[in-house]
Amino acid sequence: MNVGMQTVAAARPGLGAQIFSMIRKDLLLEWRSRSRLVSLLLFGVVTLVLFSFAADADTARLRASAAGFLVIALLLSSTLALSESFRLERENSGIEGLLLLPADPIALFYGKALSSTLLLALLAPILAPIAIVLYSLNSSVGGLLAMLGIWALAAAGLAAPGTLYAAMTSRLQSRDVLLPILLFPLVVPVLLATVKALTLILNGDAMGQLRPWTLFLLSFDILHWSLGGILFSYVCEEA
Amino acid sequence: MNSKAVTAVGALGLAMLLVGSTIGLFVAPAERHMGDVQRIMYVHVPSAWAALLCFTAAFGLAIASLWSAKPRYDALMVGTIETGVVFNALLLAQGMIWGHAAWGVWWDWDVRLTTSLVMLLLFAGVLGLRSFVDDTERRAAWSGAATIIAFVDVPLVYFCVRWWRSLHQIQSSPETVDRAMTLPLRINAIALLLMAIWWTVFRARLAMARRQEETVSQPARIRVAERYEHA
Repeated sequence: MNVGMQTVAAARPGLGAQIFSMIRKDLLLEWRSRSRLVSLLLFGVVTLVLFSFAADADTARLRASAAGFLVIALLLSSTLALSESFRLERENSGIEGLLLLPADPIALFYGKALSSTLLLALLAPILAPIAIVLYSLNSSVGGLLAMLGIWALAAAGLAAPGTLYAAMTSRLQSRDVLLPILLFPLVVPVLLATVKALTLILNGDAMGQLRPWTLFLLSFDILHWSLGGILFSYVCEEA
Repeated sequence: MNSKAVTAVGALGLAMLLVGSTIGLFVAPAERHMGDVQRIMYVHVPSAWAALLCFTAAFGLAIASLWSAKPRYDALMVGTIETGVVFNALLLAQGMIWGHAAWGVWWDWDVRLTTSLVMLLLFAGVLGLRSFVDDTERRAAWSGAATIIAFVDVPLVYFCVRWWRSLHQIQSSPETVDRAMTLPLRINAIALLLMAIWWTVFRARLAMARRQEETVSQPARIRVAERYEHA
Protein backbone atom coordinates (compact mmCIF):
# COMPACT_ATOMS: atom_id res chain seq x y z
CA MET A 1 0.00 0.00 0.00
CA ASN A 2 2.79 2.34 0.99
CA VAL A 3 4.77 1.43 -2.08
CA GLY A 4 1.74 2.19 -4.25
CA MET A 5 1.21 5.57 -2.63
CA GLN A 6 4.89 6.44 -3.07
CA THR A 7 4.66 5.49 -6.73
CA VAL A 8 1.68 7.79 -7.20
CA ALA A 9 3.45 10.63 -5.38
CA ALA A 10 6.58 10.18 -7.47
CA ALA A 11 4.61 10.06 -10.71
CA ARG A 12 2.81 13.34 -9.96
CA PRO A 13 4.26 16.05 -12.21
CA GLY A 14 5.33 19.44 -10.87
CA LEU A 15 3.01 22.42 -10.55
CA GLY A 16 4.25 24.03 -13.78
CA ALA A 17 3.70 20.84 -15.75
CA GLN A 18 0.20 20.42 -14.29
CA ILE A 19 -0.71 24.02 -15.19
CA PHE A 20 0.64 23.48 -18.71
CA SER A 21 -1.38 20.26 -19.04
CA MET A 22 -4.55 22.07 -17.91
CA ILE A 23 -4.05 24.88 -20.43
CA ARG A 24 -3.24 22.36 -23.16
CA LYS A 25 -6.39 20.34 -22.34
CA ASP A 26 -8.63 23.44 -22.40
CA LEU A 27 -7.14 24.85 -25.60
CA LEU A 28 -7.24 21.43 -27.29
CA LEU A 29 -10.93 21.08 -26.43
CA GLU A 30 -11.46 24.60 -27.75
CA TRP A 31 -9.52 23.91 -30.92
CA ARG A 32 -11.50 20.73 -31.64
CA SER A 33 -14.85 22.49 -31.67
CA ARG A 34 -13.88 26.19 -31.88
CA SER A 35 -17.47 26.86 -30.96
CA ARG A 36 -16.68 28.90 -27.84
CA LEU A 37 -14.20 31.22 -29.56
CA VAL A 38 -16.49 31.75 -32.54
CA SER A 39 -19.52 32.45 -30.33
CA LEU A 40 -17.47 34.83 -28.18
CA LEU A 41 -16.27 36.72 -31.24
CA LEU A 42 -19.76 36.96 -32.71
CA PHE A 43 -21.13 38.06 -29.36
CA GLY A 44 -18.43 40.75 -29.05
CA VAL A 45 -19.07 42.05 -32.58
CA VAL A 46 -22.86 42.12 -32.06
CA THR A 47 -22.34 44.01 -28.78
CA LEU A 48 -20.13 46.61 -30.50
CA VAL A 49 -22.72 47.05 -33.25
CA LEU A 50 -25.55 47.43 -30.73
CA PHE A 51 -23.61 50.07 -28.81
CA SER A 52 -23.56 52.15 -32.02
CA PHE A 53 -27.35 52.34 -31.88
CA ALA A 54 -27.31 53.05 -28.14
CA ALA A 55 -25.20 56.14 -28.97
CA ASP A 56 -27.67 57.13 -31.71
CA ALA A 57 -25.02 56.23 -34.34
CA ASP A 58 -23.44 59.62 -33.67
CA THR A 59 -19.73 59.45 -34.61
CA ALA A 60 -18.60 62.02 -32.03
CA ARG A 61 -20.40 60.22 -29.19
CA LEU A 62 -19.17 56.84 -30.39
CA ARG A 63 -15.60 58.10 -30.50
CA ALA A 64 -15.88 59.53 -26.98
CA SER A 65 -17.29 56.28 -25.54
CA ALA A 66 -15.40 53.77 -27.72
CA ALA A 67 -13.08 52.57 -24.93
CA GLY A 68 -16.04 51.96 -22.62
CA PHE A 69 -17.94 50.03 -25.30
CA LEU A 70 -14.91 47.84 -25.99
CA VAL A 71 -14.45 47.06 -22.30
CA ILE A 72 -18.14 46.27 -21.77
CA ALA A 73 -17.98 43.93 -24.79
CA LEU A 74 -15.02 42.20 -23.15
CA LEU A 75 -16.80 41.99 -19.79
CA LEU A 76 -19.97 40.47 -21.26
CA SER A 77 -17.91 38.03 -23.31
CA SER A 78 -15.94 37.03 -20.20
CA THR A 79 -19.02 35.76 -18.36
CA LEU A 80 -19.88 33.61 -21.39
CA ALA A 81 -16.33 32.26 -21.60
CA LEU A 82 -16.04 31.52 -17.89
CA SER A 83 -19.41 29.86 -17.42
CA GLU A 84 -18.91 27.80 -20.59
CA SER A 85 -15.47 26.69 -19.40
CA PHE A 86 -16.94 25.23 -16.21
CA ARG A 87 -20.08 23.89 -17.90
CA LEU A 88 -17.92 21.35 -19.74
CA GLU A 89 -16.21 20.33 -16.51
CA ARG A 90 -19.52 20.03 -14.67
CA GLU A 91 -21.20 17.91 -17.32
CA ASN A 92 -18.32 15.44 -17.42
CA SER A 93 -17.42 15.65 -13.69
CA GLY A 94 -14.08 16.94 -14.95
CA ILE A 95 -13.00 18.76 -11.78
CA GLU A 96 -13.64 15.66 -9.61
CA GLY A 97 -11.69 13.53 -12.10
CA LEU A 98 -8.75 15.92 -12.13
CA LEU A 99 -8.70 16.13 -8.32
CA LEU A 100 -8.71 12.32 -8.12
CA LEU A 101 -5.62 12.06 -10.38
CA PRO A 102 -4.60 13.85 -8.07
CA ALA A 103 -4.11 17.26 -9.72
CA ASP A 104 -3.18 20.16 -7.47
CA PRO A 105 -6.13 22.59 -7.01
CA ILE A 106 -3.64 25.45 -7.49
CA ALA A 107 -2.73 24.03 -10.90
CA LEU A 108 -6.44 23.72 -11.73
CA PHE A 109 -6.99 27.37 -10.89
CA TYR A 110 -4.00 28.74 -12.77
CA GLY A 111 -4.61 26.43 -15.72
CA LYS A 112 -8.27 27.45 -16.01
CA ALA A 113 -7.57 31.14 -15.42
CA LEU A 114 -4.71 31.22 -17.95
CA SER A 115 -6.72 29.44 -20.65
CA SER A 116 -9.64 31.86 -20.08
CA THR A 117 -7.20 34.80 -20.22
CA LEU A 118 -5.78 33.54 -23.51
CA LEU A 119 -9.24 33.07 -24.97
CA LEU A 120 -10.36 36.56 -23.94
CA ALA A 121 -7.08 38.12 -25.09
CA LEU A 122 -7.63 36.54 -28.50
CA LEU A 123 -10.77 38.66 -28.91
CA ALA A 124 -8.73 41.87 -28.95
CA PRO A 125 -6.96 41.53 -32.35
CA ILE A 126 -10.41 41.17 -33.95
CA LEU A 127 -12.65 43.43 -31.84
CA ALA A 128 -10.22 46.38 -31.63
CA PRO A 129 -9.88 46.84 -35.44
CA ILE A 130 -13.67 46.42 -35.78
CA ALA A 131 -14.19 49.16 -33.16
CA ILE A 132 -11.66 51.38 -34.98
CA VAL A 133 -13.67 51.00 -38.19
CA LEU A 134 -17.19 51.17 -36.68
CA TYR A 135 -16.50 54.12 -34.38
CA SER A 136 -14.19 56.02 -36.80
CA LEU A 137 -11.25 55.96 -34.38
CA ASN A 138 -7.74 57.14 -35.20
CA SER A 139 -5.07 54.73 -34.08
CA SER A 140 -1.52 53.99 -35.20
CA VAL A 141 0.01 50.51 -35.23
CA GLY A 142 1.81 51.39 -32.00
CA GLY A 143 -1.47 52.49 -30.46
CA LEU A 144 -3.15 49.28 -31.56
CA LEU A 145 -0.37 47.21 -29.98
CA ALA A 146 -0.67 49.20 -26.74
CA MET A 147 -4.44 48.55 -26.81
CA LEU A 148 -3.78 44.81 -27.15
CA GLY A 149 -1.43 44.93 -24.14
CA ILE A 150 -3.99 46.72 -21.97
CA TRP A 151 -6.70 44.34 -23.20
CA ALA A 152 -4.55 41.34 -22.14
CA LEU A 153 -4.13 42.84 -18.65
CA ALA A 154 -7.88 43.46 -18.45
CA ALA A 155 -8.58 39.88 -19.61
CA ALA A 156 -6.30 38.60 -16.83
CA GLY A 157 -8.09 40.83 -14.30
CA LEU A 158 -11.45 39.37 -15.32
CA ALA A 159 -10.28 35.77 -15.63
CA ALA A 160 -8.74 35.34 -12.15
CA PRO A 161 -11.74 36.27 -9.95
CA GLY A 162 -14.06 35.00 -12.70
CA THR A 163 -12.52 31.52 -12.55
CA LEU A 164 -12.96 31.40 -8.77
CA TYR A 165 -16.58 32.53 -8.95
CA ALA A 166 -17.38 30.35 -11.97
CA ALA A 167 -16.06 27.30 -10.09
CA MET A 168 -18.60 28.04 -7.35
CA THR A 169 -21.59 29.11 -9.40
CA SER A 170 -21.26 26.41 -12.07
CA ARG A 171 -22.71 23.98 -9.52
CA LEU A 172 -25.82 26.05 -8.93
CA GLN A 173 -29.02 26.23 -10.89
CA SER A 174 -28.96 30.03 -10.86
CA ARG A 175 -25.36 30.20 -12.16
CA ASP A 176 -26.22 32.46 -15.10
CA VAL A 177 -27.54 35.13 -12.73
CA LEU A 178 -25.09 34.68 -9.88
CA LEU A 179 -21.83 34.88 -11.83
CA PRO A 180 -22.45 38.44 -13.11
CA ILE A 181 -23.87 39.51 -9.71
CA LEU A 182 -20.65 38.42 -8.00
CA LEU A 183 -18.16 39.31 -10.72
CA PHE A 184 -19.34 42.66 -12.10
CA PRO A 185 -19.02 44.76 -8.90
CA LEU A 186 -15.65 43.17 -8.15
CA VAL A 187 -14.15 44.07 -11.50
CA VAL A 188 -15.21 47.74 -11.45
CA PRO A 189 -11.53 48.74 -10.90
CA VAL A 190 -10.57 46.73 -14.02
CA LEU A 191 -13.26 48.44 -16.07
CA LEU A 192 -12.28 51.86 -14.79
CA ALA A 193 -8.54 51.41 -15.36
CA THR A 194 -9.00 49.79 -18.79
CA VAL A 195 -11.39 52.48 -20.01
CA LYS A 196 -9.00 55.20 -18.82
CA ALA A 197 -5.96 53.50 -20.38
CA LEU A 198 -7.69 52.81 -23.73
CA THR A 199 -9.05 56.37 -23.85
CA LEU A 200 -5.54 57.72 -23.25
CA ILE A 201 -4.15 55.52 -26.03
CA LEU A 202 -6.89 56.61 -28.47
CA ASN A 203 -7.09 60.30 -27.56
CA GLY A 204 -3.49 61.02 -26.56
CA ASP A 205 -1.70 61.01 -23.23
CA ALA A 206 -0.48 64.57 -22.73
CA MET A 207 -0.19 64.25 -18.93
CA GLY A 208 1.53 60.83 -18.87
CA GLN A 209 -1.36 59.11 -17.11
CA LEU A 210 -1.18 55.82 -19.01
CA ARG A 211 1.60 54.40 -16.84
CA PRO A 212 -0.18 54.80 -13.45
CA TRP A 213 -3.43 53.33 -14.83
CA THR A 214 -1.52 50.39 -16.31
CA LEU A 215 0.23 49.84 -12.97
CA PHE A 216 -3.13 49.98 -11.20
CA LEU A 217 -4.47 47.31 -13.55
CA LEU A 218 -1.35 45.22 -13.02
CA SER A 219 -1.68 45.52 -9.22
CA PHE A 220 -5.30 44.33 -9.41
CA ASP A 221 -4.17 41.37 -11.53
CA ILE A 222 -1.35 40.39 -9.15
CA LEU A 223 -3.63 40.66 -6.10
CA HIS A 224 -6.45 38.57 -7.58
CA TRP A 225 -4.19 35.98 -9.21
CA SER A 226 -2.54 35.48 -5.81
CA LEU A 227 -5.83 35.39 -3.86
CA GLY A 228 -7.44 33.04 -6.38
CA GLY A 229 -4.55 30.59 -6.11
CA ILE A 230 -4.86 30.54 -2.31
CA LEU A 231 -8.66 30.30 -2.15
CA PHE A 232 -9.35 27.89 -5.01
CA SER A 233 -8.41 24.81 -2.97
CA TYR A 234 -11.10 25.71 -0.38
CA VAL A 235 -13.67 26.17 -3.14
CA CYS A 236 -12.62 22.92 -4.84
CA GLU A 237 -12.73 20.85 -1.66
CA GLU A 238 -16.36 21.75 -1.21
CA ALA A 239 -17.27 21.65 -4.90
CA MET B 1 -22.49 36.11 25.47
CA ASN B 2 -25.88 35.31 27.03
CA SER B 3 -29.18 36.75 25.79
CA LYS B 4 -29.56 39.26 28.62
CA ALA B 5 -26.05 40.65 28.06
CA VAL B 6 -26.69 40.99 24.30
CA THR B 7 -30.00 42.76 24.89
CA ALA B 8 -28.30 45.05 27.44
CA VAL B 9 -25.60 45.92 24.88
CA GLY B 10 -28.30 46.71 22.29
CA ALA B 11 -30.36 48.78 24.76
CA LEU B 12 -27.25 50.73 25.80
CA GLY B 13 -26.44 51.35 22.13
CA LEU B 14 -29.97 52.64 21.45
CA ALA B 15 -29.88 54.89 24.51
CA MET B 16 -26.48 56.29 23.51
CA LEU B 17 -27.72 56.87 19.95
CA LEU B 18 -30.64 58.87 21.36
CA VAL B 19 -28.34 60.95 23.58
CA GLY B 20 -25.73 61.47 20.87
CA SER B 21 -28.31 62.45 18.24
CA THR B 22 -30.05 64.83 20.66
CA ILE B 23 -26.72 66.56 21.37
CA GLY B 24 -25.91 66.58 17.66
CA LEU B 25 -29.29 68.04 16.68
CA PHE B 26 -29.90 70.55 19.49
CA VAL B 27 -26.69 71.26 21.44
CA ALA B 28 -23.81 71.17 18.97
CA PRO B 29 -23.34 74.41 17.00
CA ALA B 30 -24.30 74.62 13.34
CA GLU B 31 -21.35 74.36 10.94
CA ARG B 32 -20.31 77.77 9.58
CA HIS B 33 -20.53 76.98 5.86
CA MET B 34 -22.99 74.11 5.59
CA GLY B 35 -25.37 75.06 8.40
CA ASP B 36 -27.77 72.47 9.83
CA VAL B 37 -27.30 69.96 7.01
CA GLN B 38 -23.89 69.14 8.50
CA ARG B 39 -25.66 67.53 11.48
CA ILE B 40 -26.26 64.40 9.42
CA MET B 41 -22.53 63.74 9.91
CA TYR B 42 -23.26 62.63 13.47
CA VAL B 43 -24.87 59.48 12.07
CA HIS B 44 -23.20 59.36 8.63
CA VAL B 45 -19.61 59.06 9.87
CA PRO B 46 -20.42 56.49 12.63
CA SER B 47 -22.38 54.46 10.03
CA ALA B 48 -19.28 54.42 7.83
CA TRP B 49 -17.06 53.32 10.74
CA ALA B 50 -19.55 50.62 11.77
CA ALA B 51 -19.82 49.29 8.18
CA LEU B 52 -16.05 49.20 7.71
CA LEU B 53 -15.57 47.53 11.10
CA CYS B 54 -18.22 44.91 10.32
CA PHE B 55 -16.64 44.06 6.96
CA THR B 56 -13.16 43.93 8.52
CA ALA B 57 -14.49 41.56 11.19
CA ALA B 58 -16.18 39.51 8.45
CA PHE B 59 -12.81 39.21 6.69
CA GLY B 60 -11.14 37.91 9.86
CA LEU B 61 -14.03 35.53 10.52
CA ALA B 62 -13.92 34.29 6.91
CA ILE B 63 -10.24 33.36 7.35
CA ALA B 64 -11.07 31.65 10.68
CA SER B 65 -14.02 29.82 9.09
CA LEU B 66 -11.96 28.55 6.14
CA TRP B 67 -9.05 27.64 8.41
CA SER B 68 -11.00 25.80 11.10
CA ALA B 69 -14.31 24.93 9.33
CA LYS B 70 -16.11 25.70 12.59
CA PRO B 71 -19.79 26.65 12.06
CA ARG B 72 -19.53 29.30 14.78
CA TYR B 73 -17.17 31.43 12.68
CA ASP B 74 -19.36 31.06 9.61
CA ALA B 75 -22.44 32.15 11.59
CA LEU B 76 -20.61 35.16 13.03
CA MET B 77 -19.30 36.01 9.56
CA VAL B 78 -22.79 36.10 8.07
CA GLY B 79 -23.96 38.16 11.07
CA THR B 80 -21.25 40.77 10.52
CA ILE B 81 -21.90 40.88 6.77
CA GLU B 82 -25.65 41.37 7.23
CA THR B 83 -25.04 44.11 9.80
CA GLY B 84 -22.38 45.70 7.60
CA VAL B 85 -24.71 45.70 4.60
CA VAL B 86 -27.40 47.51 6.64
CA PHE B 87 -24.90 50.16 7.80
CA ASN B 88 -23.48 50.47 4.28
CA ALA B 89 -26.99 51.06 2.86
CA LEU B 90 -27.67 53.64 5.58
CA LEU B 91 -24.32 55.27 4.86
CA LEU B 92 -25.17 55.69 1.18
CA ALA B 93 -28.69 56.94 1.92
CA GLN B 94 -27.39 59.54 4.42
CA GLY B 95 -24.64 60.55 1.99
CA MET B 96 -27.19 61.05 -0.78
CA ILE B 97 -29.37 63.24 1.45
CA TRP B 98 -26.33 65.33 2.40
CA GLY B 99 -25.07 65.39 -1.20
CA HIS B 100 -28.41 66.69 -2.47
CA ALA B 101 -28.27 69.58 0.00
CA ALA B 102 -24.54 70.34 -0.34
CA TRP B 103 -23.69 69.43 -3.95
CA GLY B 104 -27.15 69.81 -5.51
CA VAL B 105 -27.22 66.21 -6.77
CA TRP B 106 -28.30 62.94 -5.17
CA TRP B 107 -25.40 61.04 -6.64
CA ASP B 108 -21.99 61.73 -8.14
CA TRP B 109 -19.57 59.17 -9.59
CA ASP B 110 -16.95 60.29 -7.15
CA VAL B 111 -14.36 57.69 -6.13
CA ARG B 112 -15.54 57.46 -2.47
CA LEU B 113 -19.19 57.11 -3.46
CA THR B 114 -18.39 54.57 -6.16
CA THR B 115 -16.19 52.38 -3.96
CA SER B 116 -18.81 52.51 -1.17
CA LEU B 117 -21.53 51.41 -3.59
CA VAL B 118 -19.29 48.63 -4.92
CA MET B 119 -18.64 47.52 -1.31
CA LEU B 120 -22.40 47.23 -0.72
CA LEU B 121 -22.89 45.24 -3.95
CA LEU B 122 -19.97 42.92 -3.20
CA PHE B 123 -21.13 41.96 0.29
CA ALA B 124 -24.77 41.78 -0.78
CA GLY B 125 -23.49 39.41 -3.48
CA VAL B 126 -21.95 37.18 -0.79
CA LEU B 127 -25.35 37.01 0.93
CA GLY B 128 -26.95 36.26 -2.46
CA LEU B 129 -24.47 33.43 -3.03
CA ARG B 130 -25.28 31.96 0.38
CA SER B 131 -28.98 31.93 -0.35
CA PHE B 132 -28.45 29.70 -3.40
CA VAL B 133 -26.25 27.05 -1.75
CA ASP B 134 -28.07 24.29 0.15
CA ASP B 135 -25.10 22.31 1.46
CA THR B 136 -24.01 23.92 4.75
CA GLU B 137 -20.26 23.14 4.50
CA ARG B 138 -20.07 24.21 0.88
CA ARG B 139 -21.97 27.40 1.73
CA ALA B 140 -19.50 28.22 4.52
CA ALA B 141 -16.43 27.60 2.33
CA TRP B 142 -17.74 29.47 -0.71
CA SER B 143 -19.02 32.47 1.19
CA GLY B 144 -15.76 32.59 3.17
CA ALA B 145 -13.77 32.75 -0.07
CA ALA B 146 -16.16 35.34 -1.55
CA THR B 147 -15.90 37.46 1.61
CA ILE B 148 -12.09 37.51 1.42
CA ILE B 149 -12.30 38.58 -2.23
CA ALA B 150 -14.92 41.25 -1.42
CA PHE B 151 -12.79 42.65 1.40
CA VAL B 152 -10.24 43.90 -1.15
CA ASP B 153 -12.58 46.88 -1.71
CA VAL B 154 -12.64 47.90 1.99
CA PRO B 155 -9.14 49.50 2.17
CA LEU B 156 -9.94 51.18 -1.16
CA VAL B 157 -13.04 52.80 0.39
CA TYR B 158 -10.97 54.13 3.29
CA PHE B 159 -7.88 55.33 1.40
CA CYS B 160 -9.38 56.35 -1.96
CA VAL B 161 -9.90 59.98 -0.84
CA ARG B 162 -6.16 60.21 -0.17
CA TRP B 163 -5.04 58.33 -3.28
CA TRP B 164 -7.28 60.05 -5.84
CA ARG B 165 -8.85 63.47 -6.21
CA SER B 166 -12.31 63.27 -4.70
CA LEU B 167 -15.31 65.49 -4.07
CA HIS B 168 -15.61 63.73 -0.73
CA GLN B 169 -13.46 65.26 2.00
CA ILE B 170 -10.55 63.31 3.50
CA GLN B 171 -10.74 62.00 7.08
CA SER B 172 -10.94 64.83 9.65
CA SER B 173 -8.73 65.03 12.70
CA PRO B 174 -10.33 65.68 16.14
CA GLU B 175 -7.80 68.54 16.56
CA THR B 176 -9.45 70.49 13.76
CA VAL B 177 -13.04 69.98 14.98
CA ASP B 178 -14.74 71.75 17.88
CA ARG B 179 -15.22 69.57 20.99
CA ALA B 180 -18.96 70.28 20.92
CA MET B 181 -19.01 68.55 17.54
CA THR B 182 -16.69 65.62 18.34
CA LEU B 183 -18.71 64.68 21.47
CA PRO B 184 -21.95 63.62 19.66
CA LEU B 185 -19.84 62.01 16.95
CA ARG B 186 -18.00 59.86 19.49
CA ILE B 187 -21.17 58.97 21.44
CA ASN B 188 -22.91 57.90 18.24
CA ALA B 189 -19.85 55.96 17.07
CA ILE B 190 -19.87 53.91 20.28
CA ALA B 191 -23.67 53.60 20.06
CA LEU B 192 -23.57 52.17 16.54
CA LEU B 193 -20.71 49.87 17.47
CA LEU B 194 -22.79 48.45 20.35
CA MET B 195 -25.80 48.10 18.05
CA ALA B 196 -23.60 46.36 15.48
CA ILE B 197 -22.52 43.85 18.15
CA TRP B 198 -26.15 43.35 19.15
CA TRP B 199 -27.35 42.72 15.57
CA THR B 200 -24.35 40.57 14.72
CA VAL B 201 -24.82 38.25 17.69
CA PHE B 202 -28.56 38.11 17.06
CA ARG B 203 -28.10 37.26 13.35
CA ALA B 204 -25.28 34.81 14.10
CA ARG B 205 -27.56 32.93 16.51
CA LEU B 206 -30.23 32.83 13.85
CA ALA B 207 -27.70 31.51 11.32
CA MET B 208 -26.57 28.81 13.77
CA ALA B 209 -30.19 27.81 14.47
CA ARG B 210 -30.92 27.60 10.72
CA ARG B 211 -27.80 25.53 10.15
CA GLN B 212 -28.74 23.13 12.95
CA GLU B 213 -32.25 22.85 11.56
CA GLU B 214 -30.87 22.08 8.09
CA THR B 215 -28.30 19.52 9.23
CA VAL B 216 -30.56 17.80 11.76
CA SER B 217 -33.66 17.65 9.64
CA GLN B 218 -32.00 16.69 6.34
CA PRO B 219 -31.59 12.98 7.20
CA ALA B 220 -35.08 12.98 8.64
CA ARG B 221 -36.42 14.45 5.39
CA ILE B 222 -34.52 11.83 3.39
CA ARG B 223 -35.92 9.04 5.58
CA VAL B 224 -39.45 10.32 5.04
CA ALA B 225 -38.87 10.59 1.27
CA GLU B 226 -37.45 7.04 1.17
CA ARG B 227 -40.44 5.72 3.09
CA TYR B 228 -42.78 7.29 0.52
CA GLU B 229 -40.71 5.83 -2.32
CA HIS B 230 -40.91 2.33 -0.89
CA ALA B 231 -44.58 2.62 -0.04
